[in-house]
Amino acid sequence: MMLHAVQSARTLLRRTGCADRKLFIYRHSLAVRVLHWVNFITLTIMLASGLQIFNAHPALYWGATSEFSRPLLSMHAMQDEQGRTRGVTTIGSHAFVTTGLFGWSRGGDGSLTERGFPRWATLPSDAWLAMGRLWHLFFAWILVVNGALYVLSGFSSGHLRRDLWLTRTDWQHLGRTFLDHLRLRFPKGEDARRYNGLQKLAYLIVIFVVGPLIVLTGLTMSPTLDAGFPWVLWLFHGRQSARTIHFLCAMTLLAFVMVHIAMVILSGLWNNVRSMISGRYAIEATPSPAAESHRE
Amino acid sequence: MRRRRLILGLGAGTGTLLLGGCDRLSTLPRTQSVLGSAQWLTRAAQRALVSRDALAPEFTRAQIAPVFRANGTTDPDNPEYRALARNGFRGWRLRVDGLVESPKEFSLDDIRSMPAQTQITRHDCVEGWSCIGEWTGPLLSDVLARVVPKPQAQYAMFFCADPMDSGSDYYYESIDLRTAAHPQTLLAYALNGETLPIAYGAPVRLRLGRQLGYKMAKYVMRIELVASYRAFGQGGGGYWEDQGYAWYAGI
Repeated sequence: MMLHAVQSARTLLRRTGCADRKLFIYRHSLAVRVLHWVNFITLTIMLASGLQIFNAHPALYWGATSEFSRPLLSMHAMQDEQGRTRGVTTIGSHAFVTTGLFGWSRGGDGSLTERGFPRWATLPSDAWLAMGRLWHLFFAWILVVNGALYVLSGFSSGHLRRDLWLTRTDWQHLGRTFLDHLRLRFPKGEDARRYNGLQKLAYLIVIFVVGPLIVLTGLTMSPTLDAGFPWVLWLFHGRQSARTIHFLCAMTLLAFVMVHIAMVILSGLWNNVRSMISGRYAIEATPSPAAESHRE
Repeated sequence: MRRRRLILGLGAGTGTLLLGGCDRLSTLPRTQSVLGSAQWLTRAAQRALVSRDALAPEFTRAQIAPVFRANGTTDPDNPEYRALARNGFRGWRLRVDGLVESPKEFSLDDIRSMPAQTQITRHDCVEGWSCIGEWTGPLLSDVLARVVPKPQAQYAMFFCADPMDSGSDYYYESIDLRTAAHPQTLLAYALNGETLPIAYGAPVRLRLGRQLGYKMAKYVMRIELVASYRAFGQGGGGYWEDQGYAWYAGI
């Protein structure tokens, strides 16, 4: 089904792309482009090393402490009635067999082993908590510095206000835009000059909600910071809740990145990638002279 | 067109390549030391943000974990230690020496007769879990005051009875004297009102309020004040530090 969607999107792009003249606009500033790729590398390392750290105790809880008998989520290996080992993921009181993926998957030597996330998802790939923490707590600084630079430059250049802040029209068209996205109909021509409302909303939520939340819940897991700022424990309902929220934020960011990549592919892979490398983004030129005058 | 395909191919493989590359880099000592250096930035930032005596949150008796997980060594495979344990640690002596004016040996009764603190605090394991327990024991700073640290003393080293890695090495740890002076740094001899069980580090373990569990040495046999921890073990300052874990375990 996904393949079909990609195919039809390709035909759509080919059909519309050939007939019209291309007009290049300067879409992404140098700052945004550099910060974007630093962010890409950093998020990849943070996610994979974070899953390595999760694997050291693949269970999540709510509250101050770990009530080992009542995890919100857990991944482990257990024997079924026939004595075969299965990977089992529990969410609340529900249990799912996830052999090969969560709880029981292939180790470096090819044999099955008990681990939360599989080795292709973690950094390092083998169980190595110390190294996972080294990657995570080094790149955490880069993530925060990079994010802060983005927000600062975004405010000072007007990028956030001009390109990401939702206009009244954006809000009014949000439902419509959502349905268009589901049908893989993307803005073209003059409409493609700007981010649409759905896009803006997704970016704003990531930048101002999920981003700060994942940093703050990460810091809440620090026993030293808990001593200096006990209110964070109140805010997140305890250290183990903070760990759970941290994990959920990471999964939200992963979902965001996956949708982001899908949209990049479906709405014109090369055009999008080029605009994030050189800044140049092609839109279909419309015959009106007004559009010509906007050429940058 | 060739350039386009090249860049797309690069893009598709970037994630995999990136993680594969990082995976290989992980085994280089250089990578480990560069990445590990971030802990000193973290420590500087946390010291700037959190005052020296800020207290870790304390909890109520109702919040004490019904099952407090015992981690690491739970029964030291050490004949001398086992002999001491069989005798209720009556023969155990905690030697405190190094850069001090008057080295001393403390019996368990000496430690128990000192003014004690009882604190219900959270124990955070580096693996990610937390348990709340009630710990009782004298302040480490009171113990150190009796041996009078010399001005050049910077760190307290803890040498333990639990052999690690087929018995060649023993567990050890180190903390700075700033941490040693914190009002939640205890030499704990009781957990939840009971004599400290062997699984939790009997007869005496270190308790810290603001760092991760591996800093809190169990089965403490000797404390030595030193100017540097580099000369011990592999120079990391502790058993787990020598395996690549951060010496500053504040996060």
